[in-house]
Amino acid sequence: MSTDVAVRVEDKLFYNRYQVDPGRAHIKVRPHTTPSPQLKALLKACPARCYELNDSGQVEITVDGCIECGTCRVIGEASGDIEWSYPRGGYGVLFKFG
Amino acid sequence: MIEERFDAIVVGAGMAGNAAALTMAQRGMKVLQLERGEYSGSKNVQGAILYADMLEKLIPDFREEAPLERHLVEQRFWMLDDKSHVGLHYKSDDFNEEKPNRYTIIRAQFDKWFSSKVKEAGATVLCETTVTELAQDAYGKVIGVKTDRRDGEIHADVVVLAEGVNGLLGTRAGLRERPKPENVALAVKEMHFLPRETIEARFNLKGDEGAVIEAAGTISRGMTGMGFIYSNKECISLGIGCLVSDFQKTGETPYGLLENFKKHPSVAPLIEGSEVKEYSAHLIPEGGYNAIPDLCGDGWVVVGDAAQLNNAIHREGSNLAMTSGRIAAEAIFQVKSRRDPMTKANLALYKKMLEESFVIKDLKKYKDMPALLHNQSQNFFLTYPQLVSKAMQNFVRVDGTPKKEKESSTLRSFVSARSWTGLFGDAFRFARAWR
Repeated sequence: MSTDVAVRVEDKLFYNRYQVDPGRAHIKVRPHTTPSPQLKALLKACPARCYELNDSGQVEITVDGCIECGTCRVIGEASGDIEWSYPRGGYGVLFKFG
Repeated sequence: MIEERFDAIVVGAGMAGNAAALTMAQRGMKVLQLERGEYSGSKNVQGAILYADMLEKLIPDFREEAPLERHLVEQRFWMLDDKSHVGLHYKSDDFNEEKPNRYTIIRAQFDKWFSSKVKEAGATVLCETTVTELAQDAYGKVIGVKTDRRDGEIHADVVVLAEGVNGLLGTRAGLRERPKPENVALAVKEMHFLPRETIEARFNLKGDEGAVIEAAGTISRGMTGMGFIYSNKECISLGIGCLVSDFQKTGETPYGLLENFKKHPSVAPLIEGSEVKEYSAHLIPEGGYNAIPDLCGDGWVVVGDAAQLNNAIHREGSNLAMTSGRIAAEAIFQVKSRRDPMTKANLALYKKMLEESFVIKDLKKYKDMPALLHNQSQNFFLTYPQLVSKAMQNFVRVDGTPKKEKESSTLRSFVSARSWTGLFGDAFRFARAWR
C-alpha cells in the first residue's frame, strides 16, 4: 500500500482531454460531519482520485478529472452518500482512444 | 417537446446501440439515436478486442473499411506471482486467414466509423445530448425520453436502452436495479505508444499480426481480478480490473494495482520507453446470468452492458452487446411489421430470441463461476499462482536434488497450503461451475 501513495494520479489525468462544465458538478456529496464507510472507500476506489478528505475530516469531491466510470455510484449512491448524474451532453471526459 | 415522432429511440452509441440503430434503420424504420459524447465513441472504453463474426452479421464487408488494428494470431494466459509468470500460449498460423476471427481495435476510432454506417443506413444520430429520464405515460409505459436539450422531450413507439453498464435511465425509472459492487469490476487502462517495429519485435509478430496477454495472480493482491495487454498497431493497451466490492473491502487503489502490474518483471520490458497518451477507467459487468435484469417492458428493451450481458470467463462483452442490439432490433421490427403495439408481452420476442442465441446460452453455462471466483478469490488469485510458480521453479531448477524429492516437496507445498480436502473441493467446485 505504501507504494500506492507515490502514484501521481494527476499526472495520468493530464494525458486526457476534458470539456469542463464550470459550476455544474455532475456528482455531489451529501453534506456530513463524519464520513460513512462508503464515502471513506471512495477516497481509495475512485480511479481519478476525485474524492479527498478536507482539513476538518469530511469527504469532498472535485469532478474536473472524473473519467465517468461510475464506481462511486455503485458504492455510494444506494446509501444516499452521493448523487450521481452524467455531465451535460458534450461535457466531461473526451476519450481520444477509449 | 419535439413534435417529430420516431419508430424507435436508441439511447447510447456503443456496440449495442449502434448494432440496434443500424439494424432498425436498414429495415426502413425511423430511428433516432442519442449519444452524450461529442461523437459516437468519445465516452466508450474497452480493451479492446473485436469479434468478426458478430460484426459480419451487421456489416459483411467491414474489413474493407473499418479501422482495425491487428488480427490476433496469439493468445497468452499468464499466471503471475511477484517475480514470475507461468504461461499457456497458443499461436497458430491458421489465424493468418483471409477473414480473420478477432482483431484489436481502438474504440473511439472504431465507434466513430460504426456510427457512420448507422447514419448511412438512414438513422438520425444526435450527439452531445444526455438523456436525463425516460418519458412514461400514466400507466408506466415508456413513451420516449427527456433530454438535457431545450424542449428536450422526444416520443417514440419503443426505446432501446443501450446506455452501458452504468446506465442511469433504467434505474431511475425503476426498470432494473443499480449494479451491485460484487457484480461489476472496475478496470483502469493506459495507452502506451511505441514504434510499430518495436511492438512487433517485442511480441514476436510480423505485419499486422497481433497478440493478447491475459494475466491473473498476485497482481490483484488476492482480489478477483485480471490484467490485460493487447497489441495494437502503434500502441499497447494495458490495464487491470478487479471487483468493485473487493476494492471497497481492501482499500487497494486501482492506479496502485496498475503501476504494480506495469513494474512486473514479465511486463515492464514490453512497455519500456513507451509514451502514455491516455488513462481511462470503466466498469465491466461480472455478475453473469444471475445478474441479468428484466430485458423488456412496455415500450422498452435493454441491450448490451446495460443488461449485464458480459461473459466474464471468456472476456467477451462487445460481441454480446452487438448481438443483443441486433436481436432486439430484429424483434422490434417483427412486432412493428405485424402492426402490434410495443407491449411487454410482444417485446418478449426479444428475450426469446436472445435465449436461443449463444448470448444467454453461454452466460447460463457459467452461471456459478462469478460466485465461485468471488468467494475463493484468495485461493484462485493468490495462493494457487504462488504455488504453481514455486512448483515450476522446482521443476526447472537443476540443483542436484533427486527428482523424487522435488516432486514430494511440491506436493507437500500444495497440501500444506490448501489441505487435501481443500484441493479436491476447489477442483470439484471449479469443474462443476465450468460444466
